[in-house]
Amino acid sequence: MISFSDVYKRYPNGFEALKDVSFTVETGEMALINGHSGAGKTTLLRIIAAIERPTTGSVIVNGQDVGRLNDAAIPFLRRNFGLVFQDQKLLFDRSVFENVLLPLQISGFESKAATRRVRAALDKVGLLDKEKARPITLSGGEQQRLCIARAIVSRPSILIADEPTSNLDMEYARDIMAIFKSFHQVGVTVLISTHDVELLGDIPQRILTLSHGELTG
Amino acid sequence: MNIWFSYHWHALVLAFKRLALIPFSTLLTLGVIGIAFSLPAGIYVFLENVETLSGQFSGGPQLSLFLKLNATQVEVGKIESFLKENPHVASFEFIPKASALEQFKKSPGLAGVMDGLEGNPLPDAFVVTARNVSPETLETLSKALSELRQVEHVQLDSAWAQRLDALLKLGRLAASMLSVLLSLLVIAVVFNTIRLQILTMREEIEVAKLIGATNAFICRPFLYFGMIQGLVGGIVAWLIISLGIHLTDEPVKHLMQLYETDFRLYHLSRGDSLIMLLFSACLGWLGAGLSVVSHLLKIEPR
Repeated sequence: MISFSDVYKRYPNGFEALKDVSFTVETGEMALINGHSGAGKTTLLRIIAAIERPTTGSVIVNGQDVGRLNDAAIPFLRRNFGLVFQDQKLLFDRSVFENVLLPLQISGFESKAATRRVRAALDKVGLLDKEKARPITLSGGEQQRLCIARAIVSRPSILIADEPTSNLDMEYARDIMAIFKSFHQVGVTVLISTHDVELLGDIPQRILTLSHGELTG
Repeated sequence: MNIWFSYHWHALVLAFKRLALIPFSTLLTLGVIGIAFSLPAGIYVFLENVETLSGQFSGGPQLSLFLKLNATQVEVGKIESFLKENPHVASFEFIPKASALEQFKKSPGLAGVMDGLEGNPLPDAFVVTARNVSPETLETLSKALSELRQVEHVQLDSAWAQRLDALLKLGRLAASMLSVLLSLLVIAVVFNTIRLQILTMREEIEVAKLIGATNAFICRPFLYFGMIQGLVGGIVAWLIISLGIHLTDEPVKHLMQLYETDFRLYHLSRGDSLIMLLFSACLGWLGAGLSVVSHLLKIEPR
């Protein structure tokens, strides 16, 4: 469960990225954060992942107050999340397989079990035949799917994706959204930011709309 | 326990991989560390050798014991029995004044001088060889002897050994000061190598933090990296010293044969070698630790 109450985020230069944001996403729910560019979508997701702290208000994730978490506890909070970044943040000096393996190494997985899990994650996003490739040789859509594989390999309870479909053409974008929906169907809480609501197709979905840092719907 | 082991194994493997990725700079760093260590350690080995050698040359330190001119036979006998019972005395020889005079007369430069004298100006004397070379023992022994009745003067024939000992002490002090300075150098070298590593891996560190890596997880490979560099640098230093000994062994042996002494150069003992390697590994670890604290912990994902 992710719950924001009266959250403000003000940067040192005076810019207010979030103003009085309150909402709750229940466990197992899938929600989209929609809004124009600069509306505060990325800031909101970064606060959930404890990359930034709210100026005021409280953010509760799985019962923990993210804003008040001490530094030593943050890594363990982040292990609850699968994060998909707008700029993917892949490591280009290692193979596809090793990129996906990284979260398991971090949480201290035994190597045989880890190999099985990495293959399963790559299979899910359709990259199993490219495990030895370098990320630089992959297309934009494949890189995005690799990023998703890395996010899901440790089977997180919450999946957070920041503009996962930007820079992708319509067909690739639909693929990606379908992958997220399949995780939602197996009980994962999914939170996706996007400026493109059409991608949802005809499936009704909860949408949180941000405008200039305020939640409007 | 298992997880702990796998974390450390992972970090160790990663550290070796990173070293192998930059073979040229790794070799240079190891060379610098090796040379830095071989200097003080080499001086230490040299001093140890000189000390062993000086022990062989002096052949047991001797003291000359001069009695008063009016010492009687009975008193000489008492001193003799004292020397026999003293545990520090290895052997002694009595030189009566008559035979001392004979010796003097035989030596070419002094014969004429002695002829001009009335009677025998020389005292009875003992030449005492101590059981132990250490200056402390000699000092105690010479003090005990000078307190005996009818002893006029005790002369330490091996004063040169004491001077050498003082010189060796000075040398050791210089070697320790040098090792402190060069240890700082090693720390600085490792510090800088790790700093460069951290800067080039900034992106990877950020990603690892974003997906839940603890600081310990990220620091560990760097600490191993520094420790391996220190350890291998220590091994390089050991090899440099071995090479030095190997190259000088024959000439030294030849030189010693000219002095009719059988002497083999001494290398660092197993214990000393182990201490040196441990010390160098610790310095590497310390340099890496300082670098990690001052650079890596400041990196936060953006």
